[in-house]
Amino acid sequence: MNSFTYARASGITQAVVERSAKTDAAFIAGGTNLLDLMKENVARPTHLIDINHLPLTTITSIESGGLRLGALVTNADTAYHQQVTQRYPLLSQAILAGASAQLRNMATDGGNLMQRTRCYYFYDTATPCNKREPGSGCSAITGFNRIHAILGTYAQDQQVYCIATHPSDMCVALAALEAVVRVTGPDGDRTIPLAEFHRLPGDTPHLDNVLQDGELITAIDLPADGFPDHYAYLKLRDRSSYAFALVSVAAALDIQDGQIKDARIALGGVAHRPWRRPDLEATLTEKAPNKTVFQYVADAMLEGAQGFGHNTFKIELAKRAIVRALLQATNRPSAV
Amino acid sequence: MNLTLGTLLPTNESPSLPAIQTATRQPVTLTVNGVKTELQLAPWTSLLDALREYMHLTGTKKGCDHGQCGACTVLVNNKRINACLTLAIMQEDTQITTIEGLSSLDQTSSSSKLHPLQRAFIDHDAFQCGYCTPGQICSAVGLLNEGHAKTADDVRELMSGNICRCGAYPGIVAAITSVMDSQPTTV
Repeated sequence: MNSFTYARASGITQAVVERSAKTDAAFIAGGTNLLDLMKENVARPTHLIDINHLPLTTITSIESGGLRLGALVTNADTAYHQQVTQRYPLLSQAILAGASAQLRNMATDGGNLMQRTRCYYFYDTATPCNKREPGSGCSAITGFNRIHAILGTYAQDQQVYCIATHPSDMCVALAALEAVVRVTGPDGDRTIPLAEFHRLPGDTPHLDNVLQDGELITAIDLPADGFPDHYAYLKLRDRSSYAFALVSVAAALDIQDGQIKDARIALGGVAHRPWRRPDLEATLTEKAPNKTVFQYVADAMLEGAQGFGHNTFKIELAKRAIVRALLQATNRPSAV
Repeated sequence: MNLTLGTLLPTNESPSLPAIQTATRQPVTLTVNGVKTELQLAPWTSLLDALREYMHLTGTKKGCDHGQCGACTVLVNNKRINACLTLAIMQEDTQITTIEGLSSLDQTSSSSKLHPLQRAFIDHDAFQCGYCTPGQICSAVGLLNEGHAKTADDVRELMSGNICRCGAYPGIVAAITSVMDSQPTTV
C-alpha cells in the first residue's frame, strides 16, 4: 500500500470541499473494496477522507411513500431492517446473496454502488487493462474471461475496450426496484436514477459511473412499490455461498387477477452495469404469467449478446435463469 | 479478559517491522478487550497489523489479508468484521474484541474460563491445524449475537466468510449449533 494522509470528515459540506481540493483523494466508508484495491496497488489515493462519522446512518420513510437508505447504513443493517424485509424483500435477498457476514457488517450502501469490478486483470497490475490504465488494452477479451460480460460491451466505434462486469448483487435489485441515488457535490445536490448511475464501458471503461469529481453519495431512495408479493433474486455462481455471480436475476412482478400489471427484470454478472430492458418488460403486461411469455422475454433480452470464449455459456445460462426467476416470482406465496 | 494488556507498551521499535518514518506515525487509541491502549501508527496500518504487530495480540490471524478467508475476524462493537480490511485509525472510538478477550476470569478458581464457543470447538473437534479457529470462533460469536441463524444450514451460509483449509466444517457447524441450541437468544 502506498503512503497516504488521513482525515476524519466532520460534516458533509466539509468532506466535499476537502475531496474537491485534492484530485488524488478518496472517501473511505466501509473500506472493504478500497483498502483491498490499495493493497493491490490498483487504487493509489494520497489522502483518505473518512466519512464514517457523517450523519448518513439511518433508514427513514420519505414523502413518496418509499424508503431512504442513508449512504452509511451497512449492507447487513439494510438487509435485516424490518421495513426492508417486509416491503423490499427482493433487496434484502439480493444483499444477503452477496459477500460474507463480516463484509456485509462493514460495507455500506453507498459503498456498494462504488465497488469496482472483480476482473482478474483489473486487479493484476502486471497485465494491460483499459479500466486500470486507459489505452493499455484489455487482457480479458482474449484471456480467461469466465466471469466477464456478454452484453453492452461494444463501443460506438464497434470496438470492445473492456468486458468487465459490475460485481454488486445489491445494485441488481436496486435497478429492478428503480431506486434513485442522491448525491451532493461541489455544484450542489442532484439525484441520479440507479439505472443511469453505472455506465457501459464504451471507449472509456476507466469510468465506472456518472459521479463527478468530488461528489458524495448521501442516500439511496426506494420507490413506494417494493414488489413484496412476487419477487425472486436468483444468483448462479461457482459455489453456493460467498462468490460473485456468474449470472444473477432480480425479478419482480405485480400480478393481479391472473395478469401481469408490471414486470421488472434486472440482470447481474453479464454487463458493466445492472442490465435492464424496460421495453421488453413492458411486453409482459396484461399477459398471464407462464413459461412461454417468460421464455420470449428471456430470448429477447439476450439478443445481441456476445461471448468471448470462456463466458459464452452465460448466454444460455442467463436465458434459463430469467425464466426460472420469473417462475419463482410468480409462484412465491404472498410475502410475510 | 486479559488484564495484563493495560501494561503492554506499544513496541513500535521491533526490528521485524518495516521502517516507517516517525513523522508519519500518529497517536491512535484502540480499546481492545476492554483495555485502552495508545499506539503510534501510520495511517495505513490495518487493524489486523495493529493487533498483531503493535499490540502483540497474535490470536487474530493473517490469512489472505484481502477479506476472503475470515482468519482475521474480530468483533467491533459486538459485530464481526475482517480486521484486514479496516484501518486501525478508523477504529478509535469502537470496542474491539479479539479471541484473547472471549474467555473470562473464573472468580472461584482464579483461572480462565473459556467462552462457550471455545469449549464447544474443543468438544466437537472443530479444528485440525487451528489457524482459522480464532476467526471461526469470533465469527461464530458474531453470528450468535446477530441471531439470524436458526438451522445448521443457516450456520453454514452465515459462516461462509470463514474458510477452513483442513475441512473441519462438520465439527465447526456441530460446535456452533450446540451452543446455539443451548443459548437460543444471545451469547
